[in-house]
Amino acid sequence: MTVFVIRRLLQALLVVFLMSVIVFFGVNIVGDPVYMLVSPDADQADIAATIERLGLDRPIWEQYWLFLRGAAQGDLGNSFIFGEPALQLILHHMPATMELAFTALMLAIVIGIPLGLYAGLYPDNPVSKGIMAGSILGFSLPTFWVGLMLIMLFAVELGWVPATGRGDVASFLGIESSLFTLDGLSHIFLPALNLALLKISLAIRLTRSGVREAMGQDYVKYARAKGLSTRRIVFVHVMKNIMIPVVTVMGLEFGSLIGFSVVTETIFAWPGMGKLLIDAILQLDRPVVVAYLMIIVLFFVLINLIVDILYSILDPRVRLQDQGT
Amino acid sequence: MTDVIASEPVTLTPAKVETPFQRFRAEFFESRIATFALCLFGAIVLLAVFAPLITPQNPYDLAQVSVMDGRLPPGSEAFDGYTMWLGSDGAGRDLYSAILYGLRISLTVGLASGVIALLIGMAIGLIAAYAGGRTEAIIMRVVDLQLSFPASLVALMMVAALGKGVDKIILALVIAQWAYYARTVRATALVERGKEYVEAAQCLGISRARIVFRHILPNCMAPLIVVGTVQTASAISLEATLSFLGVGLPQTEPSIGVLIANGFEYMLAGLYWISVFPGLALLLTVVSINLVGDHLRDVLNPRMKK
Repeated sequence: MTVFVIRRLLQALLVVFLMSVIVFFGVNIVGDPVYMLVSPDADQADIAATIERLGLDRPIWEQYWLFLRGAAQGDLGNSFIFGEPALQLILHHMPATMELAFTALMLAIVIGIPLGLYAGLYPDNPVSKGIMAGSILGFSLPTFWVGLMLIMLFAVELGWVPATGRGDVASFLGIESSLFTLDGLSHIFLPALNLALLKISLAIRLTRSGVREAMGQDYVKYARAKGLSTRRIVFVHVMKNIMIPVVTVMGLEFGSLIGFSVVTETIFAWPGMGKLLIDAILQLDRPVVVAYLMIIVLFFVLINLIVDILYSILDPRVRLQDQGT
Repeated sequence: MTDVIASEPVTLTPAKVETPFQRFRAEFFESRIATFALCLFGAIVLLAVFAPLITPQNPYDLAQVSVMDGRLPPGSEAFDGYTMWLGSDGAGRDLYSAILYGLRISLTVGLASGVIALLIGMAIGLIAAYAGGRTEAIIMRVVDLQLSFPASLVALMMVAALGKGVDKIILALVIAQWAYYARTVRATALVERGKEYVEAAQCLGISRARIVFRHILPNCMAPLIVVGTVQTASAISLEATLSFLGVGLPQTEPSIGVLIANGFEYMLAGLYWISVFPGLALLLTVVSINLVGDHLRDVLNPRMKK
């Protein structure tokens, strides 16, 4: 077990290191940020001074070495635009993104699972067919286009909810969130729904196939033979068995929700990390881009590491297979 | 005297043998939705290919565009006398023309990245399946690692690192998608490798390369085609997303995504058509490819055979 964990840990470190090379060298080759920063009438001396201040006069491998040394001490460089440490900037924007992703996940579970349950219990019903057709659409519609349509329908035409921004935030138990104010809730509704759409489709499909498989099992037949009501069979026996895989998969999707939030945040001007990234790419704010991408890589690598270790605890075959190769 | 027997020419009618392709074609066109989707996609491709011949203006020839025509609602008459059935955008371009020209770029990027990713992924997957051992373990570890990141995130990372432009977008999409093909090919090739015909070929002393490319590869094509359609649709949609975010294609290469992004600023003012019509074009393209792919999966899957 220990050997397995150490191997996975080393692999994870290797991935993070490789990604840092790709990201750092890639980002630092594109464009010239100096001309975005100095005023148009700056003379050569000003430009040279800016280049030196940002450390861009050093050879790229030396810049990378300085970056690695800083990163090991938790310093991912200063933003070119804001002058603040990039890490601090990202952490400052993180709660908004987390709150959006969390709300979207909840929406996906609350909407997706009941619909999937219905579609699984009555597969030939026209309503179920409608639900399944809807889930195909949810998979193939581009997220950003759905976002535009939501804005047009609910914000412009109907005027029910605001289209952009985060609204008022309130503090509760030390957590600042727009979930605690009515204004904030009205602001989060559209972006969260937009972000959740793909996951709602996923939840519908997972639940439906789980229910259909479970309904043919012996324990359901036995429960029926015992004379239990359908309601009790479905909500007590079947649900217990299908909820574990569904909830596990949905939980794992949390990472991809944070990744996808880049699109949603840009459309709805949600002040999270994703919008920060897009702005940073457009303004050639290299340290922020590198820092964001490294944090995301670290995040995904950690999720995968935890899942791998959990699986190997739950199912020893995974561990043995890994040692076999 | 010999009787002349009027012999009728003997015609041998061969028993009707359906080739696999004919059977496949018949089964595919059984589904009305898939047939319709295929026709729709064909029509979209034709419209894009012949765009210069069937549009009233070249939206990127400044001499043909007049700012006077800016932001006209659908059905208005342009300064030059033709009707703008879909309205015009902020710079006075006829949207119908702009969409067809945009489709050319979107389809080129999607198809090019799909084909390149398919070829690369196929080669890597075949190598993994046939080499086995350490090579396979390392390749599949890399594939697994990459698939643990969402493709959209990988593509976003790549454009952040590579910058704007058609070639860079295609490269980013290829990097984001090759692993899906590699995994599919390897899984199928592993099954095929264990079959008797491969053993027979080995007994005949046929070279490894020939067995892989002439015997195993053709039998892996069915799942590859299915994955290819779905991935191409997602490549088109990804490119549009990146361009919409402003990190994909530049304004000088206006794909559908760029058009939608340009219309976004007018949307809150109620000028819906500048974003909505390009969006519909994207939607029809992506959904029609997905419907075809979905049905291909049913037809090509041997387990579903009647």
